[in-house]
Amino acid sequence: MGGKSMNSKVTRRQFLKGGGATFAALSVTSTLGFDHSATAAAVKELRIKNVTPTPTVCPYCGSGCGLVVYSERKNGKFVRLLSVVGDPDNPVNQGRACPKGSAMFNLREIYDPHSGEQIINPKRVPKPLYRAAGSDKWEEKDWDWMLSEIAKRVKDTRDNSFEHKEKLPNGREITVNRTEKIASIGGSALDNEECYLLSKMMRSLGVVYLETQARLCHSPSVGGLAPSFGRGVMTNHMIDMKNTNCALIMGSNMAETHPIGMKWLTEGRQDPRRQTKIISVDPRFTRTAAVADLYCPMRSGTDIAFLGGMINYILENNLYHKEYVVNYTNAAFLVRDDFDFKDGLFSGWDDGNNKYDVSSWDYKYDENSNILKDESLQDPRCVFQLMKKHYQRYDIDTVCRITGSPRNKYLEVLKMFCATGAPDKTACICYAMGITQHTVGSENIRAFAIVQLLLGNIGRPGGGINALRGENNVQGATDMALLYQYLPAYIDSPVASDDYKDLISYIRKTTPGAAKLPFNNLEEFRALVQGGIKNSGWRVHTSKWIVSLLKAWYGDAARADNDFAYDYLPKRVAGKNYSHIALFEAMYNGEIEGLFINGSNPVVGGPNANKEQEALTKLKWVVCIDLWLHETAEFWTYKAWERPVENEKVKKITPRDIATEAFFLPAAAVYEKEGTAASTGRVVQFRWKGADPVGESKADLWIYNELAKKIRELYAGSKRPDDEPITRLTWDYDGHPGADEPDVLKVANELCGFNVADGKPVEGFAKLKDDGSTTCGCWVYCGATTWEKGKFVYKTQKREKDDPSGLGLYPNWAWCWPMNRRIVYNRCSVQPDGVTPWPGDDDRRLVWWDAGKIADPSKADGLGCWTGIDVPDMIKTTGPDKAAFKDPFIMRPEGKGCLFAAKTSMKDGPFPEHYEPWESPLQPILNKRAVNPASTVFEPDKLGTSEQYPIIGTTFRLVEHWQTGALTRNLPWLAELMPDMFVELSEELAKEKSIKNGGKVIVSTTRGDIEAVACVTKRVKPFTLDGKTVHEIAISWQYGFKGYATGDPANRLTPHIGDANTVCPEYKAFLCDIRRA
Amino acid sequence: MANMTNLYDSSKCTACRACQVACKNWNQLPAVIEPFKGNYQTHESTNGNTYTIVKMTEHEDVLDGVQWKFAKIQCMHCLDPACMKVCPRGAYSKTETGATIHDPDKCIGCQYCTYACPFEIPKYNKRLDKVTKCTLCADRTAEGLQPACVTTCPVGALTYGNRHELLAQAEERVKFLRANGFPKATIYGRLELGGLNKLYILTDTPDKFGLPAHPQEYGSMNFWQNWVQPYFGWLIPLALAGSAVSFVTTRILANKEDGHGEGGHM
Repeated sequence: MGGKSMNSKVTRRQFLKGGGATFAALSVTSTLGFDHSATAAAVKELRIKNVTPTPTVCPYCGSGCGLVVYSERKNGKFVRLLSVVGDPDNPVNQGRACPKGSAMFNLREIYDPHSGEQIINPKRVPKPLYRAAGSDKWEEKDWDWMLSEIAKRVKDTRDNSFEHKEKLPNGREITVNRTEKIASIGGSALDNEECYLLSKMMRSLGVVYLETQARLCHSPSVGGLAPSFGRGVMTNHMIDMKNTNCALIMGSNMAETHPIGMKWLTEGRQDPRRQTKIISVDPRFTRTAAVADLYCPMRSGTDIAFLGGMINYILENNLYHKEYVVNYTNAAFLVRDDFDFKDGLFSGWDDGNNKYDVSSWDYKYDENSNILKDESLQDPRCVFQLMKKHYQRYDIDTVCRITGSPRNKYLEVLKMFCATGAPDKTACICYAMGITQHTVGSENIRAFAIVQLLLGNIGRPGGGINALRGENNVQGATDMALLYQYLPAYIDSPVASDDYKDLISYIRKTTPGAAKLPFNNLEEFRALVQGGIKNSGWRVHTSKWIVSLLKAWYGDAARADNDFAYDYLPKRVAGKNYSHIALFEAMYNGEIEGLFINGSNPVVGGPNANKEQEALTKLKWVVCIDLWLHETAEFWTYKAWERPVENEKVKKITPRDIATEAFFLPAAAVYEKEGTAASTGRVVQFRWKGADPVGESKADLWIYNELAKKIRELYAGSKRPDDEPITRLTWDYDGHPGADEPDVLKVANELCGFNVADGKPVEGFAKLKDDGSTTCGCWVYCGATTWEKGKFVYKTQKREKDDPSGLGLYPNWAWCWPMNRRIVYNRCSVQPDGVTPWPGDDDRRLVWWDAGKIADPSKADGLGCWTGIDVPDMIKTTGPDKAAFKDPFIMRPEGKGCLFAAKTSMKDGPFPEHYEPWESPLQPILNKRAVNPASTVFEPDKLGTSEQYPIIGTTFRLVEHWQTGALTRNLPWLAELMPDMFVELSEELAKEKSIKNGGKVIVSTTRGDIEAVACVTKRVKPFTLDGKTVHEIAISWQYGFKGYATGDPANRLTPHIGDANTVCPEYKAFLCDIRRA
Repeated sequence: MANMTNLYDSSKCTACRACQVACKNWNQLPAVIEPFKGNYQTHESTNGNTYTIVKMTEHEDVLDGVQWKFAKIQCMHCLDPACMKVCPRGAYSKTETGATIHDPDKCIGCQYCTYACPFEIPKYNKRLDKVTKCTLCADRTAEGLQPACVTTCPVGALTYGNRHELLAQAEERVKFLRANGFPKATIYGRLELGGLNKLYILTDTPDKFGLPAHPQEYGSMNFWQNWVQPYFGWLIPLALAGSAVSFVTTRILANKEDGHGEGGHM
């Protein structure tokens, strides 16, 4: 695959004349209502013909920075790439770009180091490749052959493993339509429309092992944020960070992982109204710490101790925002008398089954199902008092014994951050993998939620919990439900049990408050909804979402008399976990035959990567869709099995002994195709196509569309009920006749929803119906499409740069779910009366109740409606006469922010409690339990002890690389910045072990060994824990054996154990040892 | 015309090195992949294909604890540049706005400038057989654009503008920093070597950033300028004759190395 040389290099001078990097009018070919004038910056008419700028969105982290692709075109045809730079119009980055964004040119083309010529990046794959069982080489194949063969494998495997019916323990037989032998992982770097097709195709096949990168990164964010606020999303957005008084960056190295966030904090620092302070809490001194106002070290895996101490400090010193806490949280709610906490266990622990019976984790109700409250917060059974009692144990000294933080630094953090409990101050928390990747990941985030609710920092500009997503569309991939437990937009995927046996059971189970209501069909249920269901919240509309989804997927085959084809959905085995670790354990045990890997690289990124790599060898076939032949694509090569030391526990396999057939489908790069991506702040932006795909590579949308068509061809004519989910599936995405590419807008139309009668967009999810008259593939995206002046409009393409409030909301830039609300729970930005801003905080009021305004003149709702500078996150007509007027958290059944996570919200406790990581050097201090009791231990024999492995290991990322490095290590401009895998250790430990800076070291755990370059640094320090000195080392995990920058994958060290709620792997704290190589 | 310059604010820089990549993107420069040697700052210095780098220096003291200081290094576009004084072919010149420009057509690759520069910035590019360095993006600024590094910097640590105005801005900023935790904050580039056309806001003394506290031209500079340069035309044939043998052998060796030269890591 030698690079093709370009005939001549365009000089920069020519290029300037030809458009300039920033000042050209964007001339996106648009039949989509793309507003040319709104692409502003269009000032200088420097353009000559042939230079075309095209806007796209960066494919790396979730910030959503815009980029402009400059290409040379002749007669409308792409000739070559000229440059890729930050998009000056995009409000997120305003023309800026981090090193990864700046190196985007390399994704397609590079400058040859020997000739200096511009050539296609030689690491790109121009043709589909096939590797036969036992072979040690790839063979080039054509697309038709590849897709036909893959379709055959899919059919074989599905048919030999398909379960149409299942007999439940009670004897009832229900339809399950599932196969457990096909699995699919990845997709978070794909566009929404691609994720949607992948989700739909896999589910039609009956796939239940359906996972995406979200599992490995932010699954605990949903696990912790949804029980606290109702949604699992980042509450605010990147630009909003400029509005904050204080940012606590904890479990994130934002300067490196989300560089543009630092731009907005820097702006806040310079704004005299905000004077933003930045706090960095991290086991090591990072590039974020280098520019922070305050740095406090903390041992990996002790976040709840750190935050529990903060909660205690707030309560002891009365620093909480009282008015906010009483009105907007469940602080006043009374909790059942049998709820208790003792010795590290909450009430209801079942020792035999290793899980909690959560029935005592509930509120007290009166006879009319109203929750009992004490707004004085004095009742000993109120949430506030129970919380106070729970965190009394977290005094500063105890906390520092556990976290190893210097007492004075910890106290400084407490003082600085908790000062924002004042009503005129807001503070935000920015976090990422340092928080989520723990056995207590979801509870870590719950601890954030408690802190922020107490300080009154949710739902306000400059406040919030900013879950910084690390993949450009991991938010969208999650929205499209590339996770086994959901259907699109966070409704439960059905389980093979009585609770989900038919559509009505499903609705009863998934609609809060519906469990005991008397209804037997949809008509009766609708009547109950009309009358109002108590303790239900906005999820009372679940029936509309599921029925509209089924209509989208099964069209005419989804009718009222067949439960809208509900039976076609695969039902997973009750109580069975299908998440990433469980999936690879099943694969390792030979339970899975075929695997789709959609832009994912588990040989580098999966926990216990040695095991996951071996698991791949047990597959019959694997399909890998990617730009590069990364480590997972080439798991069967000799190179893949090289290890730095002989270790009898780690298998060595040769290609001959690997019978897995491998199909590699070369994918187009982000700017070689079109579609949308949802940024970490839920802003869904369209990216246009700025260059042709390299060689024969294809957009993933094309690949899924063609593959699904091939599979459907194989099933065409089948009369078997097993095959109905495939044969009855709606699948019509082809472009206009003669076009090779599918029509991305057709997909958008379906996923955002349309009326069956006229095919026109549904104008918002409030208009969805459960009678089959609307379709909608993903209800939270409903409202992103509209019909204007006789044309279909996808609002994600909007590029208007107005920001009337000056708060950085940019309401007409792209579109944001839900319903273009830029800051969710924004009802909290005004006082309980709905009108008055918080004292001294007039300019951060987002919404208010306007008693004189009519919400919808066509309806007889009367006077009064919510309005504001942001779209109100309230039902518009909920006025002061209604109880819900003071309920800002509309997705929670209680309507309040939850300090106490009631009922089934959490698997491991209504209050976060500190437990040690699975592998820890410390005996428990705060309670009598070591590890989170509710976590599933997959490999008990792999537990490392501190006698054998005395050093704490953690992993980290670099700004120069992205995720497993599959993209960035193949780009020379990034490879040169961080060319090799390395491990950071303290000067003290280096001295103890005679390790030299720049020398080679071996790091070992019970799972394996890696070799790395030592980076001996002052920035890493030993911790003093409960009086003893313990070392921690930090390993860059973004390397593998492929690409321009190489090194051993650090995840060969990490364990197969995860968060009790979501099984997000505990990558961030384990035990290891280090020695000179 | 006024001197136009770059102001770099070390209190904002996160050493992400987007500037380095953007520079390569604009100037169409290949990567130079060298092994990691224990410091994030992979390139110890600029090189023929790398016009700007970010120096990263660690410090620790009782008062401030650990500090990690960053400084973007590139041609300083000195108001009175040493490179210009020593270049035998007059390849260096100053633009109207104060950028020190190097004309590759005049350059003969003698590399005297690389030894004369007090900051060791210009570097020899073997592939081109020329010396290369930062141009302050003279081609961009002539078209009303900002330098590529300024445009891309995510945090806005770089500002391009009139030197006088930026100096005033820097003074304000230093005043603020001194009152807010950085008592030793200072401006670099105002007076050094008679003034640089790149200005720095430093949160500490220059040595903490790997910058020479008192950069100096080499002592032999005057001799060079007064005696060698004027007679260079005479010296060329002599020099050529004298070094013909070594010239040829060097070339042969260089060609041999080419196969696994700059891209050795690929």
